[in-house]
Parts: sequence; C-alpha cells; structure tokens
Amino acid sequence: MAGEKKIETTGLLGWIDTRFPLTSTWKAHVSEYYAPKNFNWWYIFGSLAMLVLVIQIVTGIFLVMHYKPDAQKAFESVEYIMREVPGGWLIRYMHSTGASMFFVVVYLHMLRGLFYGSYRKPRELVWIFGVAIFLCLMAEAFMGYLLPWGQMSYWGAQVIVNLFAAIPLIGPDLSIWIRGDYVVSDATLNRFFAFHVIAIPLILIGLVVAHIVALHEVGSNNPDGIEIKANKDENGIPLDGVPFHPFYTVHDIFGVSIFLLVFFAIVFFAPEMGGYFLEYNNFLPADPLKTPPHIAPVWYFTPFYSMLRAITDDFAWVLAGLSLLAAVVLFFRSKGLRGIWRIVVPGILVVVAVLLRLIDAKFWGVVAMGGAVVLLFFLPWLDHSPVRSIRYRPGWHKVLYGIFIVTFLILGFLGTQPPSPAYNLMSQIGTLIYLGFFLLMPLWTPRGTFKPVPDRVTFKPH
Amino acid sequence: MKKLLGALALMMVMVAAPSAHAAEGGAPLEVAPNRVNDLASLQNGAKVFVNYCLNCHSANSVRYSDLRNIGLTDAQIQGNLVFTGNSVNDMMRIAMTPADAKRWFGTTPPDLSVMARAKSINAGPSGADYIYTYMRSFYRDATKLTGWDNVVFPSVAMPHVMWQQQGPRTLTKVVTHEVFDETSGESKGWERVTTVFDESGYSTSTAEPLQAAGHSTHATTEFRFTAKDPARAQAYDNQIADLTAFMSWMAEPVQSDRKRIGMWVLLYLGLFLIVAWRLNAVFWKDVK
Repeated sequence: MAGEKKIETTGLLGWIDTRFPLTSTWKAHVSEYYAPKNFNWWYIFGSLAMLVLVIQIVTGIFLVMHYKPDAQKAFESVEYIMREVPGGWLIRYMHSTGASMFFVVVYLHMLRGLFYGSYRKPRELVWIFGVAIFLCLMAEAFMGYLLPWGQMSYWGAQVIVNLFAAIPLIGPDLSIWIRGDYVVSDATLNRFFAFHVIAIPLILIGLVVAHIVALHEVGSNNPDGIEIKANKDENGIPLDGVPFHPFYTVHDIFGVSIFLLVFFAIVFFAPEMGGYFLEYNNFLPADPLKTPPHIAPVWYFTPFYSMLRAITDDFAWVLAGLSLLAAVVLFFRSKGLRGIWRIVVPGILVVVAVLLRLIDAKFWGVVAMGGAVVLLFFLPWLDHSPVRSIRYRPGWHKVLYGIFIVTFLILGFLGTQPPSPAYNLMSQIGTLIYLGFFLLMPLWTPRGTFKPVPDRVTFKPH
Repeated sequence: MKKLLGALALMMVMVAAPSAHAAEGGAPLEVAPNRVNDLASLQNGAKVFVNYCLNCHSANSVRYSDLRNIGLTDAQIQGNLVFTGNSVNDMMRIAMTPADAKRWFGTTPPDLSVMARAKSINAGPSGADYIYTYMRSFYRDATKLTGWDNVVFPSVAMPHVMWQQQGPRTLTKVVTHEVFDETSGESKGWERVTTVFDESGYSTSTAEPLQAAGHSTHATTEFRFTAKDPARAQAYDNQIADLTAFMSWMAEPVQSDRKRIGMWVLLYLGLFLIVAWRLNAVFWKDVK
C-alpha cells in the first residue's frame, strides 16, 4: 500500500514520507493551504489564541511543579512560587495574564466571525467546534480560578456551584456531587485541579485540532464573505489565495510581536491590571466563615453573570409574556415552520412560559446564563442574511451589531458592580437585547437593502 | 465599520471611567508617600514591622533572609531583627496559635505577607494608602473593649499598638444628616452632629439644626484629628510611611526587579517588531 504512494522527497525526508504523511501534511495545512489574500487585522486573533494556549500550557506545566493542591497549603504555595521559585513570579504572572488575554483574543476572534459571517454554510462545524472551545475555556478558567485558594477563588466557586442547586429535583444533590462536600473544600480543590490540569486541556486540544482541520477542509472565509474557490487558475489554485506559508506566517509573526508587546507590558508593569486580572480580594486566603461583602467573578465572565442576576421573579413574568407572544406569532404568522413543527415549536414556548412561573427565578437565571452561550451554537441557522459579510449589509444592520457589542460591554461592566435597582433594570434590558439579537435573527437578517457583493475580493497591494 | 469602532472606543472610555471608592468604614484614604524604592525607609519599616506587628501578626510567606534584598546583611538581620530563636533562613512565623488568638482578641490577626496587595481597591486607592491611613486613624473610645477604635475600620479588634509613638490625640467627628420622625417617618430637617472624643476616649456630642437652604443635601461624615503633641505625631507619620513602604515591598518583593527586567523585554520586543514589520513588507510587496 505504502509503495503505491508517489513520494517526491529523497533521503531522510523520503524515508519518513514513505512511512508518515509529513510533507503532504505540511503542504496541505501550511505551505499549500491557500488563504484569501484580503485578510485584515481581525484575522490575527485565531493565531494569537493558539499562541496563548501554548503559553498557558507551558507556564501551567511549570506551575504544577511547585503548586500544592491542598486547602491547607494552596495559598501559601502560590506565594512560594511568587517569592522563592526562581522565575516563579514571571511564570505565574504569564499564566494569570494569559488567562485574561485568552478571553480578550477569543472574544475578538468570535466577533470577527460574527462580522464576516464566518459561521455560514459550509463553515458551520468550524463555528460549532469554536463555540465548544469557548465553553471549555470558560470551564477551564473557572476551575483554574479556584486553585490560588483566595477569598474570591473560594466564594466565586461557592456561588457558581450553588447555581446547580437551582435545577429542580436533582439540583441540591447535583451540587454536592460536583463539590464532593457540603461546602467548597479540599475535595473540591482537588477535583478542580484534576479537571484544570488534565481533563479539560485534553478536550480543549482535541477541539482545537478539530476546529483547524474543519477550517482547512472548507477554506477560510474573508472580510468580503465570498468564496475564493469560485475563481481558480488552470492549476486549481484560487486566484485570490496566497499560500499560508510564507505569507500569513510573516503576517502572524508581525501580529505576534505586537501582541507580545502588550502582553509583556501587562506582565511586567501591571500584572494585577487594576484588580481586574488578579482580583485584590484574592490576596486574602480563603475563609469559609467570612463571606466577602461583594463577590464578583473575573471580568471575562461578568457579561454572563449580569444575565444570571437579571432574571428576577418580576422579570420572569416579562420572559413568560414574551414567550407566549412568540408562540402566538409563530403559530399564526410563521412562514418557515411547516407541518408538525407549526404545533411543536409554539407548544414548547407555551410550556416554557408556564414553567417560567412554576420554577424559581434562580433556575431561569442559570438557564439565561448557559443559554446565552449555547445560543451561539445555532448561529449558522439563525442568520438568514443573503450576504455573509457586514460590508455588504444594510446600514441599520451595522447599527444593530453596534448595539449588541455595546450591550455586551455594558453587561460586562454591570457584572463587576454590586447590584442596585437601576443596574438591575439595565442588565434586564441588556439581557433582552442580547437574547433578542440572536433569537430574532431569522426576522431581521434577511431584511433591508443589501449592497452588491463583488466577484473577486477587494484587495489593496501593500 | 470605522464608525462602529469609533463608537466602541468611546463606550470603552465611558465604561472604564473611574468611579468613586471609599474604604469599608467610609473615611477617605490618604495617599501614602511612595518610598518603596528607598532602602533606608524599607530598613526602618522592617524594624517597625518586626518590633510592633510581628508578635500578633505573622508573615508566613516571608523569609527573614529576604531582607537581604533591602540591603541588610545576615548578621544585621540576625542581630537586630530576629528576636526569637529563629535563624535568618526561617519564615516570619509567630508563636501564637490561631486558636489562642481567637480566644484573646475575638478574631485571628491576619497574616500580613500580602496584605498591602489585598487591601487595594479596583481602579482606586492602593493597599499602601489603606495601611498608611488605617495606622494613623486610631482614636480612644472608652466604650470599646480595647479602649480604641479606628475610623477606617470601625469596631476593629486591634488596639492602637503604637499609641506611645503617636502621642495623645482627640477626634472630632462631624456628621451631617437628615433627621426623620420615629413614628411618622417624616423628615424633620437636617442637622449637624459634632462628636468630640477626648484623649481619654470620653465623647461629648452636640447637635445643631441646619437651615434648609445653604448646605448640601447629602449626608456627610468628616473626621478631624488634633494631636496634643504635633511633633511626635509627625514623627509617627514618618514611621508609618516607612512601615507602609516595607509592607508594600514585602507583599511583592520582586516588584522593582520586574519593572527593570520589563524595560529590557519591551525594548527587545520593540526591535523585534521592526524586524517582523519589514519581513512582512518584503514578502507582501509582490502580492498584487
């Protein structure tokens, strides 16, 4: 079988190539992977996310060499790393800064996908793997945050694990099962450590491979949202494509050097980032008997935390009303739902409306928080716009995107603040805008006057 | 697209605008003098720390020998700063057990290794400001168990350990607030209550009603200390500034090293950036 392969390489490489697809893999994914030549700076964040993943894994390995996953020793072992392990402070600051920067680049990477319709057919799986990576990243960050065993680590974990107790019937038992104890304790610390250093990174790496393999199967999208494979030369190479290596490797080296400048400026000059990357309260050891007056998650979770807090009992009435309204509209006016679905979908919405009043609002807060992420999985089927890229969409679509981004940032800000009636109202409105932006996509995305999409990518030579 | 980004940038600035923060007790924090790179101050701060703090409070993450980094020799450390039978290679632990501490003080005095970081407030005053203000905000209050209270940390369990250094002081507390009728809950107008705690901790209070006009309509609390021996109080402020510097250094001994190394790293990356930029330009100049 192997002998039938056509091997062009000789010597050691030829020896390897007859036994392992080294050259062909290199060509397929790097030197002969044709990417659109009109990428803009938004396209750097995928590579940067890979870079941060590597930083996190490498620094993580060194941290594990010195860290003690033990409720009695964890806090002091982190200070031991900061003071006594040679270079330990640098490794630790890189890891803590890396956690926040991971979310910075991943949020921007996802926003890029949103702008240019990178989730649209045939890239649905690329997007789905990506959202799964985002979910894993959230779990990874959450569990990692318990490990320094400071006050915020402890009470943040306590708050989030208690959320599971809101699930009807199985909730209380489920939350004990997750913690391994009645409160967050040594047992919780040990299992979170296991998940943080082994289980989730394994899944994460698998998903990253799947994300890239799926991307290279269908080819990259670009800011114009058109297929470069539609215009090929006589050799079958896209006319608007350039090989990933060297063209995008040199691009990425340039982008990486800018990123590292920012990254290390934070590591060396503002590792706490004003209390947002390393929360000040977390420099106090965990004390199960002393609840901090204000518990706020780290900044990257705050938009979702706001949505959790937004669902109050009053607000559940609003959601139940909207759910019923949606059921009625879908039943009488929907053109898309046919046959049995015309009964089933409105039926589900009616059941949800009833349950919204029957089950505690806390549970629906959890549903809103989880749903806000899970909703992203369905984005490829929610967006009905005839064009992919925001460039060729009506002006008011851009305004909606703008409102969505601003809402997300405001939700993030509100999540860092202690609750107040005005802030609660703002986060309720924000939650409706966030959910409405996605759930109403089938209605608003096909409407308006779209600009003509060019046949070839728009590209200005450098 | 560009407009969208502009609007976003504007939003970020608005969201990031600093909001006012107060300490737990409500008293505003003063800005601590920055002496964290001043070796003489740090050494004096270390002396104050081991003499006055390191009996009830521990600094479990700090090794006596770490003090070499603020310019002390092992002999100096062993001779002047280690009072127990410890060696310079030991951690700054204390003999008092947490259980005893709880029994004697009602609460365990916290470990101070990283306290200067823990007391910082997001986008607000630093932990150094907190320590500097807190240590200078004790007043005598005869109604308290220890005979002391603190305007930065009301009802604190810690007495004023260094009161002899600071000398006697009186506190004048001025509270402006709206008075409500106890039964009807209706406003009876505003008043200003002036409470004076004398140097023995006995307080006298006087209330004067305020005219509706001519004063602010939000409640305020002001604290004014008067030292009976201003020169002594000033010398104490200087000691506390040194102690604050030491505790800031102790919370992150590597802080000046990391900034020094950071300059070189950024310089290197800046040069690398230029190379990467030109490399990129060379490859892309022929892409049409």
